[in-house]
Order: sequence, then structure tokens, then C-alpha cells
Amino acid sequence: MSKSPFQLAMQRLLHNRMAILGGLLLALIAFGCVFLPVLLKLDPNLTQPALRNQPPSARFLFGTDGLGRDLVARVLVGGRTSLLVGLAATAVSVLVGVAYGALAGFYGGKIDEAMMRLVDFMYGLPYMFLVILIMLMFSETARGDMLPVFLALGLVQWLTMARIVRGQVLALRRQEFVLAAELLGVSDARLLIRHVLPNVFGVIMVYATLMVPSVIILESFLSFLGLGVALSWGQLVSDGIAVINPIRSYWWILLWPSSFLGITLISLNFLGDGLRDALDPKGKT
Amino acid sequence: MTEISILVLGIALLAATAWCPARATRMLGALLFGLVLGVVLRFALGVPVALVSALVAGLLTFRFFPLLVLRRVLFLVPALVLLIYATTLLMYRAPGNPFANERATTPQVEAALRAQYGVPKSASAFFGMYMRRLLVEGTLGPSIKVQGRTVEELIAPAFPVSVALGSLSLLLSVSLGLGLGVVAGLRRNTALDHLSMLLALIGVSLPNFVLGSAAMIVFALWFHWLPVAGWGTLRHVVMPAVALALPNAAIIARLARSGMIDVLQQDYIRTARAKGLPESWVVVRHALRGTLMPVVSFLGPAAAATMTGSFVVEVLFAVPGMGQWFVKGAINRDYSVVLGTAIVYFGLVILFNLLVDLAYAWLDPRLRSSGP
Repeated sequence: MSKSPFQLAMQRLLHNRMAILGGLLLALIAFGCVFLPVLLKLDPNLTQPALRNQPPSARFLFGTDGLGRDLVARVLVGGRTSLLVGLAATAVSVLVGVAYGALAGFYGGKIDEAMMRLVDFMYGLPYMFLVILIMLMFSETARGDMLPVFLALGLVQWLTMARIVRGQVLALRRQEFVLAAELLGVSDARLLIRHVLPNVFGVIMVYATLMVPSVIILESFLSFLGLGVALSWGQLVSDGIAVINPIRSYWWILLWPSSFLGITLISLNFLGDGLRDALDPKGKT
Repeated sequence: MTEISILVLGIALLAATAWCPARATRMLGALLFGLVLGVVLRFALGVPVALVSALVAGLLTFRFFPLLVLRRVLFLVPALVLLIYATTLLMYRAPGNPFANERATTPQVEAALRAQYGVPKSASAFFGMYMRRLLVEGTLGPSIKVQGRTVEELIAPAFPVSVALGSLSLLLSVSLGLGLGVVAGLRRNTALDHLSMLLALIGVSLPNFVLGSAAMIVFALWFHWLPVAGWGTLRHVVMPAVALALPNAAIIARLARSGMIDVLQQDYIRTARAKGLPESWVVVRHALRGTLMPVVSFLGPAAAATMTGSFVVEVLFAVPGMGQWFVKGAINRDYSVVLGTAIVYFGLVILFNLLVDLAYAWLDPRLRSSGP
């Protein structure tokens, strides 16, 4: 029995050692962030004034920060925020980007030109700018409410997705099977959803995976600038940077969140690259 | 609600420029180009000079600029106005206002302050007043939070700092990225290729403040080779510029590699080799040009990313650039500072995109049509 394209792709992915390593590391980090704080009853905000700035030890594996808070707890709970923001904002941008790109590519012509011109323009904008302004709009919602972050980051990240989906849909639109379905009187909506979009699924997956790290980076920028809404890796890194001084080194406050952030981002990129190579061996996109 | 509909209408109008016929695009584009130049020069050189040079520039543009570029002008100039409007709306939607933190703000005091700084209650009124002030008086207005200073006085010393940092880091990222990418593309699937792509992947992955803080600890605190932070000497520029450059360099390296691989399979490269040209000449003279295309088109977004990415790097290395004014202004609701920095940033980005278009037309002969 011959293998389906999907099985072939999975086979290629499993042969990519870096992608597998990235995937495993991600699973491990995600598991640790989601479950360990609950299982070990860790409290990221418990301050112990007597135990300030403790270097890593058997009791505090990662050490404690300037307020005596356990860094293991803080890094794990902060990871929840970073990962959640990454996933949710990516979901927003995938929704917007796929809808926009699919419409532009499907209808083509002048509609496509006008729609893509807007995308090109927004692509050239300093997006941090817009994110900061959008974040300000929501700045009085309760701290810890992360919906504004998802929206703000998602709404500036959808452009690449729109471009790629549009290109794919534009090409698929002219294929015989789509024309055949159109001749049979299939409605536009059904044509797009049932016949065109399933063929773009792989590409969407790849770019969604690659988008997660860039969203996490953006969120960490915001946290670093003091515009974040919750404890995240970005905020922890910025705490670590704040205590850099020439006299005493508190390297552990900076090292752990930086490493977790860095390893997560690198793993996501390895996985995304691996997926791209697997699903699109000729590198068409 | 009317404000939102104005915004939507504006976006629709912008999109409608796609339908503008070629001849009208030429005329309107040249007109807008002349207008902008005239307004800018009026405050720099006086009315007569500005009028003459705007006319000359408009005519020259009309006659000689590629249609591609004029189409961009026709789109970008109205877009700039729309952006200023959108920024105003966003600021006004943000909770709080510039006077909310003043002690003992009675309605009378607030009204007096609003009148003094020119901050009406409605966003549209503010926008109208701001644009009038900008175009007629040629000023970005007084800062609301920094007493007794105008926005241009605040930005003027910061602007060269940001531009120096940004252009240096762009230069670095292009040279580093092209070098790595071209070598990787030429030596495809060798250890060198894999190593440079691994480096590029790490560069794409790490946020610049993580790289920057690591560099700060290693090079400034351990080895004392470079100053920790601040601005003034060339040694101060090194770390911020590199931190800002690395992520872009990594993306450029990937683009250049795939571009190189692509180009080397083209027929004209085979022709060049068949003519017996030395390989180095084929690469430098023929292949590099094609490789540059995707890199150049990335430079527009990259410039935008570099300038705003510098918010973070500027804060980290205490660089007195424009980023700090934007961030401070946004947090303090200093409307005129936010708008002023926004205009400068958007202006720079637009300028850069136009340059990229021109470079593109120069690199790709197929786009060099100056016909109507």
C-alpha cells in the first residue's frame, strides 16, 4: 500500500533530528510550566525577606530573587503566560490572516490588489508602535486579564500569514479540481472552505508554528518595557537585567528565565523549520 | 462612532488607489510629492525657494520616476495622514488623559490646561488642530509633560542618535547576513552551510535584549572591553548596534542563502559559466544581483523593525534616542510627544520604503518602465 502525502511528511519530520529534539524539549517545558506549579504547590509570589538573593541551592534549585521569591516557581508560572500568549495570539492572527488571505486570493484581480496593498503597507509599519498603542487602550483592564495582549499581538502578526495563504489560494484557484467544482455549481463559500482551504492546511501549520516564537518575543519586549500584564519570562528577564551591577553578580536571576525563553524559542523555530521541510520538500513557499 | 467611520472611509479610499489609472497615478503622485517637499522646505528655506523646488521636483518626478514609485507615493502620503489620525484615536481611546495626574485638577484647571496645551476633549478636534499647527506653523507643538519644551526640541537631539544607531545596525546586519548567507548558499549542504544556518536560527530565535544583556555581562562587566551603557563614544555604539543587528542579520542570511541557491540554478548563470567566465566573476557580477532582490525587499520591514526594535535596546543600554520619548510619552499620555515621534518614525519608514522601491527598480530591469 502506498503512503499518503501526510504519512510521507511525518516520515520526513521524524528523520529531522533537530526538529524532534525541539519538539521533545517543548513538550517537556510545556509540561513543566503547566503541571509542576500545581503538583509541587509552588507560589511565585510568596516573599521570604530572610531569604533574599539566595544563589541556587538544594532548597531553591534556581535561587531566589531580591524579594526572596523562589525562582523555580516564578520561571514555571511565567512560562505559562509566555506560552499561552504565544498560542492564543497566534490563533488570533491565524484566523485573521487566513480569512483575509483566502478572500484576496480567491477573488483575485483588483480586490486582491487593493487588499494586498494594505498588507504591504502595514508590513512596513513599525509594529511595536501599534502594539504599544493598542496595549495602552486596554491599560486599565484588570492586571492579569490577557485578552488585550492576545488581540494586540495577534492583530499585528497576521500579515505574513495573509500573504502566504493568498499566494497559495491564488494558485489553487486555477487548478482543474476547483474549476470542476465551480462548474458543478458549488457556492463560493463552500468552494473555498471545502475544496481550497484544506489544501493550504499544511502551509498554515508551518507558519503558525513559526509565528509562535515571534509572538513570544513581542510579548517579552512589552514586558521589558513595563507594558506587560502578567508574570512572564520577558518580565523575569527584565528583573534579571535590572539587577546587573558591577559589584555583586546575581547571575541566576537573569540566567534561568533567559535560558527557558531562549530554549523555547529555538525549539519552536527548529520544529517549524522541520515541519516546513517535511511538508514542502521543494521549498516552494 | 463617526470617528471610526472616518477611519474606515479613509482605509477604503486608500485601497481605492489600486484602481487609479496609470496616467492619473503619475499626476497625483507627482503632485503629492511636490506638495510634501514644498511643505517641508517652506520652514527650512522660506516660501519662494520651497515653491520653486516643489514645482521643479514635481515636474521631474512626473517625467522621470518609475510608475511603481509614484504609485507608492500616491498611497503612502495619504496613508501617513491616516496613520496620524489613527494614532490620535488610539491615544484618546486609552484610559486617562495627560492631566489626570495633576494635583487638584478641578474642571476649571483642566479646561485651562487643555486650552494652554491645545488638547481638546475630542480626538477629531485634536487631530484637526494638530494638523493645522503642523502644516501652517510647522511645529510639532509643546510637550504636555516636559514643561516649557516643544516636541521638536525634545526629538532634535534624540533623532541623530536613533538614526546613527539604526543605520549602523542595518549596515551591520546586511553585511553580516549577506556574507553568511552567500557563503552558505555557495557551499550548500556542507558543514559550513549547516553551521551558518544554525547560527542564523539562533539569531532569529533570541530576543535582542537577551543577547544584549548577555553581551553586557560578558564584554562590559567581565572583560571591561566596552562601557556598560550610555552614549557618546564609538565604543558605546558597539553593543547596542550589534544586539539590534543580529536578529535581522539572521533573517537576511536565510534569505540570501535561499536566493543564492535559487539564482545559481537559473539559465543566465549557466550561460555566464558557459562563456568561460571565472566562477568568482559569475558569483559577484551575476549571481549576487539576483540574490540581493529578496534581501532588498526585506529591508523596508527590517528598517521599521530596527527602529522600533530599538525601543528595547535603547532602554537596555540607556541610549538617549527617540524610543525612550515614545515609550515615556505613551505611558504618560503625552499626546504631542507620541504623535511627534510617530510622525518621525512613519516618515522615516516611508522614506525607506521608497528607497527600497528605487533600489528594486535598479536591480531588476523588468521593473524599470517609466512609460505612462
